Amino acid sequence: MRTASKDKQLAFAFIFAAFLFFFIGTICGLLQGLVRGGVMELPNWLNYYKVLTTHGVSLALLFTTYFIYGFLFAGIHRTMGEMSAKVRATGWIGFWMMLAGTLLAVAMVSSDKATVLYTFYAPLKASPYFYIGLACFVVGSWVSGIAMIAHYANWKKQHPKQTSPLFGYMTVATILLWIIACLGVAATVLLQLIPWSFGIIDKINILLSRTLFWYFGHPLVYFWLLPAYMYWYISIPKIIGGKIFSDSLARMTFVMFLLFSIPVGFHHQLVEPGIAESWKFMQVILTLMVVIPSLITAFSMFATFESSGRSKGAQGLFGWWKKLPYRDVRFLAPFLGMLFFIPAGIGGIINASYQLDEIVHNTLWVAGHFHITVGAAVAMSFFGIAYWLVPYLTGRTFTKTMNKLGNLQVILWAVGMFVMSTSMHAVGLAGAPRRTAYSTYGDHPIALDWFQGIVANQLYLPIGALFLFLSSMLMVYLFCYLAFLAPRAAVNNEVEFPLSEPEHKETTPAILENWKVWVGICFVLVLLAYGVPIHDMIQHAPPGSPGYKTW
Amino acid sequence: MHIHRYEKYWLTFGFLAIVTFIVFMFVTAFSHGHHPAGGTEVIDPTKVDQTPPFDKPGVVKTGDNEYDVYIVAMAFGYNPAKIQVPAGAKIRFHVTTRDVIHSFSIPGTNVNMEILPGHVSTREHTFKEPGQYLVICNEYCGAGHHMMKMDIEVLDNADGK
Repeated sequence: MRTASKDKQLAFAFIFAAFLFFFIGTICGLLQGLVRGGVMELPNWLNYYKVLTTHGVSLALLFTTYFIYGFLFAGIHRTMGEMSAKVRATGWIGFWMMLAGTLLAVAMVSSDKATVLYTFYAPLKASPYFYIGLACFVVGSWVSGIAMIAHYANWKKQHPKQTSPLFGYMTVATILLWIIACLGVAATVLLQLIPWSFGIIDKINILLSRTLFWYFGHPLVYFWLLPAYMYWYISIPKIIGGKIFSDSLARMTFVMFLLFSIPVGFHHQLVEPGIAESWKFMQVILTLMVVIPSLITAFSMFATFESSGRSKGAQGLFGWWKKLPYRDVRFLAPFLGMLFFIPAGIGGIINASYQLDEIVHNTLWVAGHFHITVGAAVAMSFFGIAYWLVPYLTGRTFTKTMNKLGNLQVILWAVGMFVMSTSMHAVGLAGAPRRTAYSTYGDHPIALDWFQGIVANQLYLPIGALFLFLSSMLMVYLFCYLAFLAPRAAVNNEVEFPLSEPEHKETTPAILENWKVWVGICFVLVLLAYGVPIHDMIQHAPPGSPGYKTW
Repeated sequence: MHIHRYEKYWLTFGFLAIVTFIVFMFVTAFSHGHHPAGGTEVIDPTKVDQTPPFDKPGVVKTGDNEYDVYIVAMAFGYNPAKIQVPAGAKIRFHVTTRDVIHSFSIPGTNVNMEILPGHVSTREHTFKEPGQYLVICNEYCGAGHHMMKMDIEVLDNADGK
């Protein structure tokens, strides 16, 4: 592979790993859809829950994280210049640690020693090497993340008193969010799960481990979302021929995500015992605050669409709607993702609402929600990025035919997602559980009803999954083509990394770039939201639980 | 920092919407008592079968039209596997587990609890309609997770006969 820069090789390594796990994960997704709809049965050696674990880990954790790191490394290289040898080496160390951890965890899952789903709730007890693999993955991601922050710090040192590039700024916010969030999962894995699974301690505090998990689990979804938002804010205006609506507000949005996406894990634990109602309620309030930066993002996107359309001569209230480049996959993919994100955001508010969660908690509704947030808004933005990022990194061309196939790929994805997730939401409202193999519960009329609706019918799951599978295989093919087979670009014809200018030249308030302040406030919020309840969980803990292997 | 006029309108609208949601939730939660399932009672998860009242799980009549129901969840079923309760009565479910995390969810109702080892989850419910209700586990608990269920028969006269 010919690449001009060593930084691009590092970024490409992450992207390559991402698509490898995308390939594995989407095959598992098809199998699950087919089983859940009652279309086929899996052989005994390949049980449903092992496939489900692989699907969740591959797509939700591995595809997303590797892709994000590849995108961020490419972007900070493009906007803040060549990385120092030390920074680049740190980036590689992180990459290899993540890969080693991943392979260890994958080996444990495939040998049936860790069929615990990607949430690995104790007291289901996986092999200790599964948890060690996870820890290695997380620590590796910290090492690579610190490399990015170091690159940003170097840039700041060389450019005193200048506002950092928006891409670098948002990268730092995203990595800080990730590192702070991972403290929770690191605590439960290192202090509770590893010693317990080795038998060094024989019992474990379940509620505490769940709480530490969800302290991490919710910001995790924002860690997936923020890089998609970066693409929306920074690149999409350029692609549609417009400008960034407001640079400062974009920065403020990211700060708000850092503050409000961490101290909110209890909204995943609303229907469980051991947490006082008032603490659950307080975290619900903090959770709903995350709606504000998402609303700002929605506004900025449509404002950019409108002003770029008007600058091209659009008339009337909605004339600009016709001026958008729908045939450009770099735009079409994230745009369809944005449309999915509207119902996804509303669903998110419902899930987080104090009493409404009871109706949908752990039903197929949640799986539907998950698929239109991460599986549509985030994944489709990543597809849009991949189509130019891969040839940008490998020095190849992106032809018109590729663009057409890319459009076909994202349309197949959108159709599949729409069919599958709509039905998941509806069947979930009727009470069908998530993360459950095909079952009619002894032909109980209530369970049989889940197969009879016009919209709410589990048979739509395999139909949607089939569309998604075709789309994903096309994506994998296009990735391989763009990475290894497409014609090399001539020097003056290289694929660009789209970066937009802000609409108004304005000075950004210095406070926005004072990370010490934001991290400080973040820790205060975490302490407020978690201090007393965690103290209670330890003081009034029931006797701990031994481990179980129930699969 | 410059904020566009329309952006200010939009932010105000969004913020007021969220505050309205929160006020509604607060009123229904703390003045009407609409809290999701919970409970602060703890139990030794390895000794559930010897700890009263879970040593004899089942339905206990506690008042004129009130019942306590004690249920033990386990991989992969509930004890008892079937109960009968009258329609219109105030039923208080108390559920715990003797092994891993399960759930106690009755499709078509708001009863949807996570069951954690060491804790007792509690929720009150009144079945308005008589009929056959299904209880399922919707928290992954192992290879037989999708088999885990129990039946509730809701009878139509107040005496439960």
